[in-house]
Amino acid sequence: MTEVRVAGVGLTPFGSHPERTGRDLFGEAALRAFEDAAVDRADVEELNYGNFMGALAEHQGHQAPLMAEAAGVRCPATRYESACASAGVAVREAVRTVAAGDADVVLAGGMERMTNLPTAEVTEGLAIAADDLFEVRAGVTFPGAYALMANAYFDAYGGSREDLAHVASKNHANAVPNEYAQYRKEVSVAEAMDAPPVAEPLHLYDACPITDGASALVLVSAEYAERNDLDASVAVTGTGQGTDRMALGDRDRLARTPAADDAADAAYADAGVEASDVDVAEVHDCFTIAEVLALESLGLFEPGEGISAAREGVTTADGDLPVNLSGGLKAKGHPVGATGGSQIAELTRLLRGDHPNSEHVPDAEVGVAHNAGGTVASAVVHVLEVAE
Amino acid sequence: MSDADPSGESPPTDRDYAEWLDALADGEGFALACPDGHGSLPPRRVCPECGSPDLSREPLRETGTVETYSVVHVPSPRFADDAPYATAVVDFGPTRLTGIVRGDDPDGDAAPEVAIGDAVTAAVGERATDGERLVVFRPAADRSPDE
Ligand SMILES: [Zn+2]
Repeated sequence: MTEVRVAGVGLTPFGSHPERTGRDLFGEAALRAFEDAAVDRADVEELNYGNFMGALAEHQGHQAPLMAEAAGVRCPATRYESACASAGVAVREAVRTVAAGDADVVLAGGMERMTNLPTAEVTEGLAIAADDLFEVRAGVTFPGAYALMANAYFDAYGGSREDLAHVASKNHANAVPNEYAQYRKEVSVAEAMDAPPVAEPLHLYDACPITDGASALVLVSAEYAERNDLDASVAVTGTGQGTDRMALGDRDRLARTPAADDAADAAYADAGVEASDVDVAEVHDCFTIAEVLALESLGLFEPGEGISAAREGVTTADGDLPVNLSGGLKAKGHPVGATGGSQIAELTRLLRGDHPNSEHVPDAEVGVAHNAGGTVASAVVHVLEVAE
Repeated sequence: MSDADPSGESPPTDRDYAEWLDALADGEGFALACPDGHGSLPPRRVCPECGSPDLSREPLRETGTVETYSVVHVPSPRFADDAPYATAVVDFGPTRLTGIVRGDDPDGDAAPEVAIGDAVTAAVGERATDGERLVVFRPAADRSPDE
């Protein structure tokens, strides 16, 4: 198998850009990725692009050719849709393509445009990541689904809203120095506790914001990087994906995310590492409880122990295992179809040492990225390692 | 995805789902089950757990047990006039159902108190926002799940 290197990463600032088209957002991310990579656009052999609700938000289907134009590449271009894991699966296929020797250079990432819609329509749009017949029609919203998981978790393992408030507070603190983050302000545990309810037990600061943004990665083979004398010090050494029953009610246990267990097992095996090797993680905290579930699926904490990780300072910036140093979806923002790519961009910057929060992980060698779709009916995990 | 239908035409129906709701409304709620006892909801050609095409209709238990719940304060447009409302995932034996919990008082406008382990019955009610049918749970008379 060919080793896959991250030659360059590009992000738009995450936030509210209601007047900017999707093609403009992805064009900016791709431009930045090519600047970072110093790779000739003409060498790109495939574009793997993630997007969830472009047909609703922009009345634009068939987005991949449009995004190839926006990036200035002419090559086979495909859109991947896996709800909030859309970019994760797009990146995974890029990694597999390069690893298999089918291409030397692949552009991968994603885009989501959300703030041009009224909040109620975004709520409706996100809900369609759940089972329409047996969940959405029964009143399950996206926050509502994670709230069902949160109460199931509390019932199975204990924990409280205050534990979740510590997750929110931690991730907001991490976002403060991140120039790409949507909310660069601290939120105290008390403020998070006092915020209005969205779907109990989840309140406003348990939820990620509505975000516009794009991410792009230039992935290359190690041979290509060497041949072209690229500075590509971070390798994607493992990739894994898992799928679960779509509806929460159809799963064995409501307080666990087996799709992410499967994705993590596969990614660790692919990379030849174990959970105990992980130095830093970016996980899918669309809601605070989602970070807890991710930590346990990744094997970083035992079931029932992830809930207290932020409160006890283990996953804070100065803890033993910093999680979501980017600010996470929670504070950096969650442009749904771009998120999986942005996690790998942030992890790459953290491992290269050029992230504003790299100082917290100076010796990190192994990072893991966890991207989930819907209520984790889909999950993608990647392992990144410092290669040189 | 727009909520309102400006044309005034009836929305498309989903035959098997509509039939299942009809059965639930008639007090004949059912799940599909394979020979190994895996439960699922229609439409199904095969058991999602084991792939068996040999599916039969099994009646739901009279009362189910609340496995988890949430009180939703920020609804989607289709539930605008229903919020706040309680959703729950309830175990009915061969399968679980997801629906809205309503109290004994039909005019109550607050979400009822719900707890994990509560015994409830399932029926079909209407969405306050637009009258669409949906799965509704109500406290079971004897307040204890039948096993
Ligand atoms: Zn079966």
